[in-house]
Order: sequence, then C-alpha cells, then structure tokens
Amino acid sequence: MNDSLNSTMVPTPFRVQRVRRETHDTFTLELRPPDGSRTLPFAPGQFNMLYMFGVGEVPISISGDPSHPERIVHTTRVVGTVTRAMHTLKPSDSLGVRGPFGTPWPVEKAYGSDIMIIAGGIGLAPLRPAVYQILSQREKFGKVVILSGTRTPADILFRKEMEQWRSRFDVDLFTTVDRAMSGWKGNVGVVTTLISRAPVDPQNSVAMVCGPEVMMRFTVMELQKRGIGGDRIYVSMERNMKCGLGLCGHCQYGPTFVCKDGPVYPFNRIKDYFAIREI
Amino acid sequence: MFTVDRTNVDQLFRLLQQKGYTLIGPTVRDGALILDAISSASDLPVGWTDDQGPAHYRLRRRDDASLFGYSVGAHSWKRYLFPPAVKLVDARRQGRSMDCTSPSPDSASQGTPLKKYAFIGVKPCELNAILIQDKVFLGSGTVDPFYKAARERLFIVAANCTQASGTCFCASMDAGPRAQRGFDLAITEVAGKQHYFVIDAGSKKGTEILLELPHRKSSQQELDEAARRVQKATDQMGRQLDTAGVRDLLLKNPEHPRWEEVSQRCLNCANCTLVCPTCFCSSVEDTTDLAGKTAERWRRWDSCFTLDFSYIHGGCIRSSGKSRFRQWMTHKLASWNDQFGSSGCVGCGRCITWCPVGIDITEEVRAIRGTKRQEQLMHS
Repeated sequence: MNDSLNSTMVPTPFRVQRVRRETHDTFTLELRPPDGSRTLPFAPGQFNMLYMFGVGEVPISISGDPSHPERIVHTTRVVGTVTRAMHTLKPSDSLGVRGPFGTPWPVEKAYGSDIMIIAGGIGLAPLRPAVYQILSQREKFGKVVILSGTRTPADILFRKEMEQWRSRFDVDLFTTVDRAMSGWKGNVGVVTTLISRAPVDPQNSVAMVCGPEVMMRFTVMELQKRGIGGDRIYVSMERNMKCGLGLCGHCQYGPTFVCKDGPVYPFNRIKDYFAIREI
Repeated sequence: MFTVDRTNVDQLFRLLQQKGYTLIGPTVRDGALILDAISSASDLPVGWTDDQGPAHYRLRRRDDASLFGYSVGAHSWKRYLFPPAVKLVDARRQGRSMDCTSPSPDSASQGTPLKKYAFIGVKPCELNAILIQDKVFLGSGTVDPFYKAARERLFIVAANCTQASGTCFCASMDAGPRAQRGFDLAITEVAGKQHYFVIDAGSKKGTEILLELPHRKSSQQELDEAARRVQKATDQMGRQLDTAGVRDLLLKNPEHPRWEEVSQRCLNCANCTLVCPTCFCSSVEDTTDLAGKTAERWRRWDSCFTLDFSYIHGGCIRSSGKSRFRQWMTHKLASWNDQFGSSGCVGCGRCITWCPVGIDITEEVRAIRGTKRQEQLMHS
C-alpha cells in the first residue's frame, strides 16, 4: 500500500470484464486492471473501495480467487446509491478501485486445524476467497465445514460453486434458510442451528464468521458453547468507511479502525465491544 | 531567555513577512476572536480579553494594552493545516473510460491554496493540539500530504497563557499554560508600566529570527514577572479534569446511565467537534457536473454527531444521541490513547464554551467517576 493519502485517495480505473447476476438483489463484477498487465494481489477477507464516477465510493469485499490477482471479483448487494449505480455497469465500463485494504482471514495460521466457514447471506462473499485458498491446499487442513444461511432458497449465493463444494468428499457443506418455500428439502432455521452438528474437533478448530452483526453474535455464542476459544474465532466487521486508511474516523469500532485493524478480527480482540449496542 | 520590547513586535512580523511567511493570528471580528491573516500588531486583539463559561462567550476590555491577554476563540489552527474542505481528486469521463488525477498539495485549485504560514500567538493548549494532530496525520501509518506540506513550512510563535478563561483546564491535561515544546518561538507577555515579552527559541528557525530582532538578555526580575503571570493563569483555571484512569473508566462504562442523561440535553449540533482543535474526522464527497463529464472528490470536516457518520446500508449504527455522545467523549478521552498514544483532549475548553446547552466534558467525567456502573447496579 502506498504511504501517501495523495495517491491512495485517487481511484485507479478498472474495466468491467463480466457481470453476473447472482440473486434478485446481488451481483458479481469481474474487473480487469487498465493495462491488462497489472495485478492487484490481495489476501482473502480484504476489501477494495469501489468508485462509481461522480456517484460515490463504497467499501466492498473481494470475493474472487487470490491465486488470480489479475481478476478482481466483487460480489455485492444493491442497497444504496452507489451499489444501485454499480448494478447498471456493463462489460467494458469503467469502475474506480482503491485497495486492497484491511486484515485477512487467518488461512495460514489455520494449517493443521479443522475449519469452520460460517456465512450469513452476502457474508459468504468475503469468505469465498478463503474457501478457494483452503481448497487449493486442502491437504494442509483437517475437516473443512462450510455452514451457510440465507433468508430464502432464492437468496443462495454462488449456487453452482456451492453444489461443487457439496459434492466434494473432503468438504462438509450445510445450508439452511430462514423461510422455506415449496420444493425446499434442506434445513430451515438460522445458521446457528447448524453449528452443533458440524463434524469438527472443537479443540482444534478455527472458525471464520461473516454475516449480519446479530447473526455473528449468536454464532460466536454457539461456537463458544462448543468449546472453540475466542482466539480461534474470527469475525469480519462492517462500518461506514470513507478513506480506508484509518484517517477519516468513520469506521471506529471501540478503539480500533475497521479499515486497518479489521475487517477480520480475532474475536478476543473485540470481545469487549461485540455485545455493546450502537458502539 | 531574551526580552523583546513591545515596540519591536512589528519588527518581528516584518522579519517573518520578509522570509515569505503569511501571518495568521487572532483578531477581533463580530464581537469574537477569530483567526485570520494579520499584518501588524495592531491587528491583534489589543486590550481585549474574553469571558467564557458553558455556552457563554463575550469579549471584554482589559485595563491594559495586552496583545495576548485572552484564551482561545472558536477558531482553532487546524483549519490551516487540515482545511475544512480539500479537493482530493479530479476525474474525467470519456466515453466509457475514466481518468482520475490528484491535484498537487501546492495547487491553488484544491480550495485552500497552500501558503507558508507563521502562526502568531498559538496558546500552549493549541500547540499541543497541533502535536496531537501530527500523530494522526503524519505518524499513524498513512501520511496526509496536504497536512505534511503545510506543517513542514510552518513557523509557530507560541504565546504562553497569562490569563485563563472559565472553561480552561489545560493544566489538568498537562497541555499548558506554558508551552514546553513544538514551537519556533515562545513568548510570555508582560503588559504593565513596561510592556515587554520574554522570548524562548525552540528551533533553529526561531533562533535565527530572534537574533535578527532587537533583544536583550532577560533580567531575573523580568523572568520572575513572566513566570508569575503564567502561574496566575494556572491559578485562574476555571475547570479541572481528573485524568487518572479515565481511559478505563469510560471504556468500561458504556452503559452508564449518565450517557442517556447527557444525551437528553445534547442537541447533536456538532459544535464541539468543529471547534475542537484535535477532532480529525472527515468525509469524502463525490460530485459531478450536470453533463456527467467531470467529477470531483472533496474531503470535508465531518462530525461523529451526525447520523450519516455511521450509516451503512439501511441504517445508522449510532442511531441514538446517547451513542453518538458516548462515541465522541470516549474517543476523545479514552480510545484516542489506544490509537495515537495520548489523550485527544488538551483542555482548551472550546467544547464547553461553544456547546449551545453548556455540556461540560469535565463534569461528565466527574459524574461517571462518581457513580461507576458497578455501584449503580448495587443500588438498583
């Protein structure tokens, strides 16, 4: 990362290579660096600031494969002015990029451990790079369990890949929905209900959790109930961000700045603030 | 220590101007002290002082012709180093491509042209505020080039306080009333039958200027008189803040009922953050022209008291006034230590004076200290 605000506040224009509609309100953009030769190396869990010309800039986690830093992939939900405008992008349009920023999922630290990937809704997007990285060196881990919860079956992200992961013998994937529709044969209920069933050794597991704050709160409680220590539970936090550099002050979470001390935190680092409302 | 007579203050200003400095200093406008460009000692608030209390500010005539016989006004020096609005990016769209460039820190197009400033009459609390913002903008990993460019050219003439106001508590924060470091020149004014300044140089730049000024070695009597006047400011200090353990006190009492009580009075007007000399939060605004061809990105001062500040898709994290006040005060006095290694408060008292309802940060700390949450729970 550059050390000067001068250059880091200036977006680099990337080209939209592909747009994929994931669900009714989520989509994935694949971006290419301007001259084709540049890459944007990133670690799983990091995010970029994406700039829509004249509209604004928002922090969006990277959902692509870290072994392909020439393809920058972002999956996002249409929730505000900027993401709504981003939704209209077509191949070969331009999008400004600053980043990558933030702390990564502890993939290397988790060598030798069982892995629990726990996602709520769009929270699967920032976890997907970790899944890629883990599966690309599958032999270095114990069990790999993916628990994913969405509101309805129609909200399930990355369907094709989920099916691929589910069909692997070395991955245990469980999905659940809050509300089922006719034809749904899977689990119904919040994602926390899957935790007790996850076939992992709690003494030797690392959990990576991303989703709405309330989902993460209950997930951490369940994980602790199963005996997974707070130093082996990682959560990804979200706050308003304007700079990504720890200078604008917007992303303060307790004494930390989510943009540089997070977004991925070991739970123990933030446990004092985790349950406080409106912190 | 050297003594310079009042009659030579204009000579000091001329010397600085000859070296290319634009002088910024306090001056009287609309019944208040503001900071603006000045050219001679007569532009300073000669013979004025201020009465300050919670939500109260009035200028009052002194019975002498002091140049620096007041505490601080609503303006702080941060507006020259961390301007309220700075242009960060120029963007242009051609067809489906865009091009983004950064205006140089020296370019006039970024809203506030960068000048070589000499700050005249920086009070010790404010000098400490500058040193605190140095840590934010220069020492926390990411360097703000605008701040850096202005800061490197800066010449600081600090004025030790000989008069404290009703909302001052710099002595509690170890930030005054005498400037310890960070100045080029530090002066203590003695305005009486004789009117002179005891001057200390704190840098090579400062020494050079001082040597060019008509000066003499200070007599013991002059030194004693200067020291007595600074001591008087300490004695006058209108308020106190007990800083012992204040970090843990605030961080460990996020649900203290006092937060709710104070939020009943707080108007969420953001005055306290805008007058604070250390508050550094900013927002980024992206705009375009009507044709959608050119766009700009500006950085503007922001405040943690606004709802927008913590907005993320669909709602605000800090939707209650209670949580916003707690964020401001806890950041200022507690989590600032974790982030930058010092308190974010210098005891200048501005947030008390300029709060429309007179909320007093020293009183809020006392209230929380007096009834810690654990005790509250025992009573309930």
